[in-house]
Amino acid sequence: MTSMLSIQGLWKSFEGFVATRDVSFELAAGETHAVIGPNGAGKTTFFNLITGHLRPTKGSVAFEGRDLVGLPPQKIVRLGLARSFQRINIYPRLSVFENVQVALIAHEGQQWNLFRPGRSLYREGTAELLDLVGLTREAEETAGELSYGKQKQLELAIALAAKPRLLLLDEPTAGMSPQETAETIASVRDIVKARGLTLLFTEHDMSVVFGIAERISVLHHGEIIASGAPDAVRNDPEVKRVYLGDGSHG
Amino acid sequence: MTLTMFTLNAFYGLALAMNMFIIASGLNLIFGVLRVINFAHGMFYMFGAYIVFTVTKSWGAPFFVGVLASALALGVIALVIERLLLKHLYGREHLMQLLFTFAIVLLMSDAAKMIWGTDQYSVGYPPGLGGAVSLGFVVLPQYQLFLCIVGPLIAVALWFVVDRTRWGRVVRAATQDREMLAALGVNVPMVYAAVFTAGSALAGIGGALAAPRVALVPGMDATIINECFIIVIIGGLGNLWGSFLGALAFGFVVQFGTVWAPNWQDVLPYVLMLVVLIIRPWGLLGRPEVG
Amino acid sequence: MPQSRYLIASAIVILLLALLPLSGSRYAIDLTTEVLIYALFALSLNVLIGFTGNISFGHAAYFAIGGYGCAILLTTYNWPLAASLPAAVVLAGLVAAVVGYFCVRLTQIYFAMLTLAFAMLVWGVAFKWKEVTGGDDGFTGIKMPELLTSPVAYFYFTLAMVTVGVAALWVICHSAFGLTLVAVRENSVRAGFIGIDTRRMRWAAFTVAGAFGGLAGALFGMYHRGMYIENAFWTESANVLIMVLLGGIYSFIGPIIGAAVLHLLQTFTNQYTPYWPTVLGLILLVIVMVLPDGLIGLVSRVRARWGRA
Repeated sequence: MTSMLSIQGLWKSFEGFVATRDVSFELAAGETHAVIGPNGAGKTTFFNLITGHLRPTKGSVAFEGRDLVGLPPQKIVRLGLARSFQRINIYPRLSVFENVQVALIAHEGQQWNLFRPGRSLYREGTAELLDLVGLTREAEETAGELSYGKQKQLELAIALAAKPRLLLLDEPTAGMSPQETAETIASVRDIVKARGLTLLFTEHDMSVVFGIAERISVLHHGEIIASGAPDAVRNDPEVKRVYLGDGSHG
Repeated sequence: MTLTMFTLNAFYGLALAMNMFIIASGLNLIFGVLRVINFAHGMFYMFGAYIVFTVTKSWGAPFFVGVLASALALGVIALVIERLLLKHLYGREHLMQLLFTFAIVLLMSDAAKMIWGTDQYSVGYPPGLGGAVSLGFVVLPQYQLFLCIVGPLIAVALWFVVDRTRWGRVVRAATQDREMLAALGVNVPMVYAAVFTAGSALAGIGGALAAPRVALVPGMDATIINECFIIVIIGGLGNLWGSFLGALAFGFVVQFGTVWAPNWQDVLPYVLMLVVLIIRPWGLLGRPEVG
Repeated sequence: MPQSRYLIASAIVILLLALLPLSGSRYAIDLTTEVLIYALFALSLNVLIGFTGNISFGHAAYFAIGGYGCAILLTTYNWPLAASLPAAVVLAGLVAAVVGYFCVRLTQIYFAMLTLAFAMLVWGVAFKWKEVTGGDDGFTGIKMPELLTSPVAYFYFTLAMVTVGVAALWVICHSAFGLTLVAVRENSVRAGFIGIDTRRMRWAAFTVAGAFGGLAGALFGMYHRGMYIENAFWTESANVLIMVLLGGIYSFIGPIIGAAVLHLLQTFTNQYTPYWPTVLGLILLVIVMVLPDGLIGLVSRVRARWGRA
């Protein structure tokens, strides 16, 4: 197996507080990998370091052999690595359709086109993506007025518009009802399979994690304390002690 | 340039810097805590100068009574503006706050025209400060010397209040995290009102102290607000000692500019600012914005 | 199709404007010429404010550069209008590009302050570079082509230029570029994560705004046969900002309406009282306190309420 994402000795500290501590991590192409850990374990920081939102204090991040450290997010996205956010991160005053359309415009490099009407571009591709995440009916609604769960779906569509090979989803089902969670996970699984994506995600819902992840890494206080197949992680005594055992999540 | 001329120019630059610092420090304080860029600050300065004129000329009161009256009057005006209107705009877009203060500029400029007309006035040096002090090789005017003493005194007083007192700790905390302060039981609206009042009173004092040095004309507010912006930006928005440094840089550049490039002294401060900002986008002692 | 409805409505407006000289009123022609120029000026600023979410407090700089540039090329260098006008627009755009390069490193209030500072530098140069700009006497006696010396001719010229300018801005604002700018305004972090270099987008918007502001300034200077340092002063930047806000920043035509309303109001107020600043101050207070989305926002709110009732 070739490694798609290779992280070596990654550190991040904020004014004395260490959020990421000597993390090394390999992600194989085609793998579906979950990063779990209690609140404040450093999952989101970890994603921010990979995607260029934060600059690591030290260590390296390589995507398909290319060093990502120091690259701004927009360059990293163009290499084929897209993400969603834990907190809703959409364009609230644009329509649902435009939210995705803009992402396609950016992906196709049309953002410098001063002449072609923006709203006429990539309509088919946008409709396809909205269909994929089940937002066809809401296409003309204002994105900021969607329900929380649907905004999360929109996040996913925006991330997919970048046509990534590696998709990072930060808590894709946070705040969703059990039914929405089930639907979202089913569609994520289908999309990943259909497009042959590599998926790295964080998730607090353990049924989701153990339902779709092929491998799991456990973050605790910014450190990876276990990494492996779901069964191995589930039975890891260290994981049981610091994570499953402390009762903060079910 | 001879040593005498150099000393004299450096001294005038310093006096100008200190006067500017007193004004700019108020603008800076308000920005630091309220995150409001107060365009009306220049107008407050102008009112300060005009009030000194009225109090000393029309009422015959001593100069320093006039300075005190300016500080009080501007404090009261600011407090009324804050309590009545500005307090509703915290948490709104910067643009709205900016425009609000611009509305105050417009209203006060007409008010000034109604009260004082459009004539040019001047205010004499206060008795006892109109003379000069000889240092042997150079003779220094007393009033400028006085400014050179008052400026640092105000700087140190501000530093002491903001850095060393409980009240100052509250003010500094208010710049960091408003919600947290409210949760701790601090009366945040009070802090905001007090800071706006104090900052505006500084504009009044600065204007009053400038009155003997400058001509009192309509429009003097527009020049000063720009110069204050330059100083505060050079030093780093919200940073007290930054403003002090900014004022020094401004004073020297203007004064020596007058000597070496007499036609361009008004433009040089902008050039100075641009040079600073190209090297340090957040000013000499400023910190990168967060978020 | 709403697009064709817009086109028809615009064609009717332009036609009505073109018929205006038939009224024979010099006053109406002059006033409309001014409104047209300010409309273009306000619209150019809204590329930055409404579409990109960046508050420039120094837009008068580009207006002045366009105005002085065109005036100086026409008069001092005897260039023909066909060369002076485009050159002035390019000059304003170039200066905006240089200034913008530094300004877009900052955001929000810091950005606004820096735009103000650069604008004051431009003002200072206009003030002090007497040999070229005429200093505080202004640059007067602009040499105009024979063809455009009559008010009616200049009105048509302005109408044509403003129509071209507005049309160009319409295309730009509704292009893929314009839509991407809106995305940057709405959420610049997210825009970065779909592969947008937000800083470069803002830079481009700054340059576009400056160039069209320059066109408005050039038209203004020729209309008045002179440029004055007040045209570069920060109060002028504030004025155009108020026009934009009064109309409403989230619609394309808002600034046009704001410019028309504000300029007409100012002209009429000045006939009755010298206290226009007070009136303007009160208007501003109303915008800030109760009308943050401008007249266009007010109209749509009223419409929404009536529609429901």
